[in-house]
Amino acid sequence: MIIENSEVILSVRDLTAEVDGNQILKGLNLEVKAGEIHAIMGPNGSGKSTFSKVLAGHPSYDVTGGEILFQGENLLELEPEDRARSGVFLAFQYPLEIPGVSNLDFLRVAYNSRRKHQGLEELDAFDFDELVRERLEVVKMNPSFLGRSVNEGFSGGEKKRNEILQMAMLEPKLAILDETDSGLDIDALKIVANGVNQLAKPDNATILITHYQRLLNYIEPDFVHVMEGGRIVTTGTKELAHELESRGYDWVLEAEAAEVAGR
Amino acid sequence: MSIQVSSSNNEVMQRSPLNRDGYLLRLLEQTGSPETDLELLRSLRSQSKLLIQEQAFPTTRDEEWRFTDLSSLLQVNFEARTSQSSVSSEQIAPFTLPEAAESRLVFVNGVYQPHLSLVKGLPKDLYVGSLSELLAGKQEEAIALQSRLSHYLGKQPGAAELFTALNTANLTDAAIIWAPKNLVVETPIHLLFLSTAAASPAFSQPRCLVVAEPNSAVTLVEEYVGLDEGVYFTNSVTEVWVESNAQVNHSRIQRESKAAFHIGKTAVSQARDSRYTCTAISLGGKVSRHNPEIFQTGEQTETYLNGLTIALQDQLSDTHSAIVYSKPYGSSRQLHKCIVGDKAHGVFNGKVFVPQAAQLTDAGQLNRNLLLSPKARVDTKPQLEIVADNVKCTHGATVGQLDADEVFYLQSRGIDAASARSLLVYAFAFEVVEQVAIASLQDTLTHFLKTQIP
Repeated sequence: MIIENSEVILSVRDLTAEVDGNQILKGLNLEVKAGEIHAIMGPNGSGKSTFSKVLAGHPSYDVTGGEILFQGENLLELEPEDRARSGVFLAFQYPLEIPGVSNLDFLRVAYNSRRKHQGLEELDAFDFDELVRERLEVVKMNPSFLGRSVNEGFSGGEKKRNEILQMAMLEPKLAILDETDSGLDIDALKIVANGVNQLAKPDNATILITHYQRLLNYIEPDFVHVMEGGRIVTTGTKELAHELESRGYDWVLEAEAAEVAGR
Repeated sequence: MSIQVSSSNNEVMQRSPLNRDGYLLRLLEQTGSPETDLELLRSLRSQSKLLIQEQAFPTTRDEEWRFTDLSSLLQVNFEARTSQSSVSSEQIAPFTLPEAAESRLVFVNGVYQPHLSLVKGLPKDLYVGSLSELLAGKQEEAIALQSRLSHYLGKQPGAAELFTALNTANLTDAAIIWAPKNLVVETPIHLLFLSTAAASPAFSQPRCLVVAEPNSAVTLVEEYVGLDEGVYFTNSVTEVWVESNAQVNHSRIQRESKAAFHIGKTAVSQARDSRYTCTAISLGGKVSRHNPEIFQTGEQTETYLNGLTIALQDQLSDTHSAIVYSKPYGSSRQLHKCIVGDKAHGVFNGKVFVPQAAQLTDAGQLNRNLLLSPKARVDTKPQLEIVADNVKCTHGATVGQLDADEVFYLQSRGIDAASARSLLVYAFAFEVVEQVAIASLQDTLTHFLKTQIP
């Protein structure tokens, strides 16, 4: 929801970044305020996933220019773990399997590292167990998943639901969902979308990175951005997503080119 | 980082004509096994001495020892100790297993310790004890027992191999586990071999004999522990006989001192329909080698070999395995993992022999290696020799480092980079650790993995 004068959670200015010497982000600008849901769409190779990894601090991506302010602070100075502890959450397109580490233990370590950062007392195993069982409801997960190794032997849909469960536990200020919808059947998509909707609050913000308009039938974005060539070239409302679905990306890119030429 | 992968089979048998300054003979004399009246031991010893005299101390020119240089062993003069040690029950407490609180045999520097051993938690029909105790009974019984033992002790294929023969040439005592027909033993049996530091480096040659008669089932833990960081040499031989339809679950834990030398043989013969599982964990030793050798002698036998090697600092840890098929419908699953850090060196050589008679064999081998530092090194060599034409045999070897994306995933959940790496190393090892049949040992290994790897 768009709220008048709400807090700016994320402010990205003229961001440029490269990986292995190839420049991927070429002057990206974005402002996200509390309460808002932003969708970032765009063709393959436009830099959507790179943007999400740069936000979370992946070491393979070098920021070469511009700035990212998170709640007014320079995000680029923080290690990935400190970004997570301060409230940045990235739901992965391909979540990792960790044999031998139970989902419950993993969630508790992650949760307590965020609590500690917030100056709160760590939850003991008993209290944590109670909390996590309550949050399981958000993504309709069976408690038996807690005893299993993280993502090991999970189906694609279960892995994505597990990402949203982690998000439900960590209660981030800024959640970035990197193609969380890709590869999901419609039932799993509904569960994931429903989970994201439940977690979106007036004091936090969500960025959905997606290839498909389908997700936006279930999560209503306040803004839709189109990325191309490492920049956001167009911003609109959810109607823009419908138009992209029926007409493809080419017309946006052509319109952009025409506008640049006409200046 | 250096990787060598090949599947050739060039057994280069180059041996120096000299006995490397008579080191072996000196070692034999030093061990000076006590006189024995037992014909069984006398004949085994004398045969083995002859075998040793025909051989030379191995060098890296021997294909079997190409990556494992024993020259540092030659620098040390070892001495066998035969006296009782003064190790107390308090000292061994950290190494005992709650699951085997009343089913353990303890040896210190190769010598059986009756006051530290306890077997009252085991069924009466099962024999668990030392060879010396077993043969100390009435003379007639001892003679009868010798005759039964003589079919098994020292009778595994590969007995002529140098270090096996060296062990047999000094054969004085042994840990014996003997399960009679149809006996299923639930309680695990713990064989604990401790070594202590001494003014002069000790040489000990532990020996185990496990006989699981038809339809019996036994779980055992064979463990080598350095009580302190001394220089010593352990040369162990374990013989396991799994008779028809019997099951043996064997965990072998090697955590010798970081200054020690360890060479160990596990020779196993499996009769038809039997099942043998070995989970071998190698953590200690400056230079260590484990040779599991499995001989499937009957149809439809199953073998599971799991291995985990952790080599850090300047450790060299070598596993040379062999699975030898001879009859149809046999199967084997082998998983060996190495975690190598610092300037350490891991070696894996996995032989699988499938002769013409062993049709419908199903053999799988996978070796995965994790290198934690640029100077760590691993040499891996799958070696499959398949003659039979209707078989399923697979093998694979991978060498890799920790994946930056995996570390990042954990960091993105608020876990710092160092803890993330430690968690991933643990996750890599877990597949083998979870195969250890004893929960308390799994906990010990987990603790080691989480605290001892930089």
